[in-house]
Amino acid sequence: MVMVNGTPLEAAGSNLEDLLQKQGYDKRHIAIGINDEVVRKEDYPSIILKDGDRVEIVHFMGGGAADPLVIGGHAFTSRFILGSGKYSLALIKAAVENAGAQMITVALRRANTGGRENILDYIPPGVTLLPNTSGARTAEEAVKIARFARELCSGNFVKIEVIRDSKYLLPDNSETIKATEILAKEGFIVMPYMFPDLNAARDLANAGAACIMPLASPIGSNRGLCARDFIRILLDEMDLPVIIDAGIGKPSQACEVMEMGAAAVMANTAIATAGDIPAMAEAFKNAIEAGRKAYLAGLGRVLEKTGSASSPLTGFLHEDKNGGMHE
Amino acid sequence: MNKPDPMVYLDDMEQTDPSIMNKVLEAAAAYNASGYTEREVLRTLEAMEASGICTIEGFGALLSPAASPYLEDMARIAQRETRKRFGNSVYIFTPLYIANYCENACVYCGFNCHNKIKRARLSLEEIEEEMKAIAATGLEEILLLTGESPSMSNPEYIGEACALARNYFRMVGLEVYPMNSDAYAMLRNKGADFVTVFQETYDTELYGQLHPSGRKRIFPYRFNAQERALKGGMRGAAFASLLGLGGFRRDAFAAGIHASLIQRKYPHAEISFSCPRLRPISTDATLNPKDVGEAELLQVMCAYRIFMPHAGITISTRENARFRDSAVEIAATKISAGVDVGIGGHSGKAAGDEQFEISDTRTVEEIYRMLLAKGLQPVMSDYIYI
Repeated sequence: MVMVNGTPLEAAGSNLEDLLQKQGYDKRHIAIGINDEVVRKEDYPSIILKDGDRVEIVHFMGGGAADPLVIGGHAFTSRFILGSGKYSLALIKAAVENAGAQMITVALRRANTGGRENILDYIPPGVTLLPNTSGARTAEEAVKIARFARELCSGNFVKIEVIRDSKYLLPDNSETIKATEILAKEGFIVMPYMFPDLNAARDLANAGAACIMPLASPIGSNRGLCARDFIRILLDEMDLPVIIDAGIGKPSQACEVMEMGAAAVMANTAIATAGDIPAMAEAFKNAIEAGRKAYLAGLGRVLEKTGSASSPLTGFLHEDKNGGMHE
Repeated sequence: MNKPDPMVYLDDMEQTDPSIMNKVLEAAAAYNASGYTEREVLRTLEAMEASGICTIEGFGALLSPAASPYLEDMARIAQRETRKRFGNSVYIFTPLYIANYCENACVYCGFNCHNKIKRARLSLEEIEEEMKAIAATGLEEILLLTGESPSMSNPEYIGEACALARNYFRMVGLEVYPMNSDAYAMLRNKGADFVTVFQETYDTELYGQLHPSGRKRIFPYRFNAQERALKGGMRGAAFASLLGLGGFRRDAFAAGIHASLIQRKYPHAEISFSCPRLRPISTDATLNPKDVGEAELLQVMCAYRIFMPHAGITISTRENARFRDSAVEIAATKISAGVDVGIGGHSGKAAGDEQFEISDTRTVEEIYRMLLAKGLQPVMSDYIYI
């Protein structure tokens, strides 16, 4: 097992050149570190990956800075997290590939073991599994599901969902904070789904969350940015990555939150219910990339105060070298 | 003959705050299906398009005859809401009848205690044999049913069946006689997840006529069963009117209001609907759902879906394959398969007679393939036990 940008891959024994080709990387635009050592491009064909190698692939974006999304110490080049509920299993692979997603959520309750079909069989290798705790109604249940998930998905990532409302499926922030605290202490990389409330976000950060995942509007509603103003507050105030999760219905809405400075977007229903799932996955991918570029290009924050005038109003004070005293 | 008043609890019956029941009965009494016009139906459909919200008044309009010409529009909205909420997942389950002894005399039911049918109660060994046969088909959700005889199939017996079911299935539903909340709590601890109770009709006068004897005669005790089940810790509760007994529009309206008020009081509860129509039974082949044709049944299903987009809807084996296949495309989220409504039929040792005639006899495999062919995703269970 080789870790590529934090994702386990069955790539031991293959050479680096082949791996890059398989993963669709363009050699010209990347730099690679293996076990914290940068390797030279001309050496790629001769490097055979060993079990346990940690490969970091970095590429440059417009603006000249490498721009990986880092969650819990793992770097991702994609900022699109794909959900996997609501799909026909056969379409998951196409969706992931077209989305360019490196992380996909799986409901543990759908990752059935012993069932007729297992969702995990449909997820391409090299994609990080983000098991969620859907089905949990209390912190205690979420913690138990997370521990199962770690066994099943062999990773430390977990998305906390604690929901005690069957109608709107709004997350319960207080139970989510409790679960986050317990799981962060156990070494999980905790990604909590939450209602966009600043106080709760701070509590989650203090509890050890790796990011926060506020909803944009009720899950599955495709209503877009109902919570725009509150998400903006989180983006302004929180140092953790803010990943917008739930309610995003169109690529344009995904683009907008990325422009605002969101670290990533998670979407499911908008893609799963589209007429052409792979095409919609690709549309989202492009929108998220465009929004990110726009943010990096300086569209990010709209400061609430007016810009400083080029000639300050008080400039006249310095014009008289005699400090206003005249003889 | 001195019959008990159907609106008065018997001494051993746990009583529930009557406010929800009063609201439902008031709403049902005030419901006038023929009073709606096309304008109100259109307004409801437009509001649904604009805001995704369907009011109680709108729900009433969708169930009215005035909505009949708009069934296609309703189906389109219902389908969209179903997909939005459930994606293309459709759950598969099967009912398992473990006993058909009954102490009620419902005039429309095959299990009526006066009917001369073959009665049986499976032993735990027989139940296990049935469960093994069912689990071998790949099913992970089971619905345990009994006739309504607290003496012949007491709560402890049902509890033992739940505990057995937990070994073979991920989700265990119950469709048994109403109980007090402490009995539901016991069954929950034994492994039951949700409780289905059909109110049959919300017309209290008709209810009294149709249920001349037995504990089922007591309307409020049955009405509040879901609430007692949720108080007992069940995860979900299912509601239904038996369409064709009384005025089906009013009965469907009342069931919807009932479910929505319970949802409001218990936000965590998983609410679902069943939409059974009256079927012929072995002792009365003339029983039929009268004015509830397939179009009317679909109208009810679509109205439930539009009024409560997040609720589960189960499509009964009472309906034929053609209808069921379309129902899962439009509004239904759960479908039974490999159904045998007799006692002991799954392991090939029929011991007792059926409750009603089923119409769709397809196996689990056939239903599974049908769903895949429609681009739907069959889901055996999405429960996780921790």
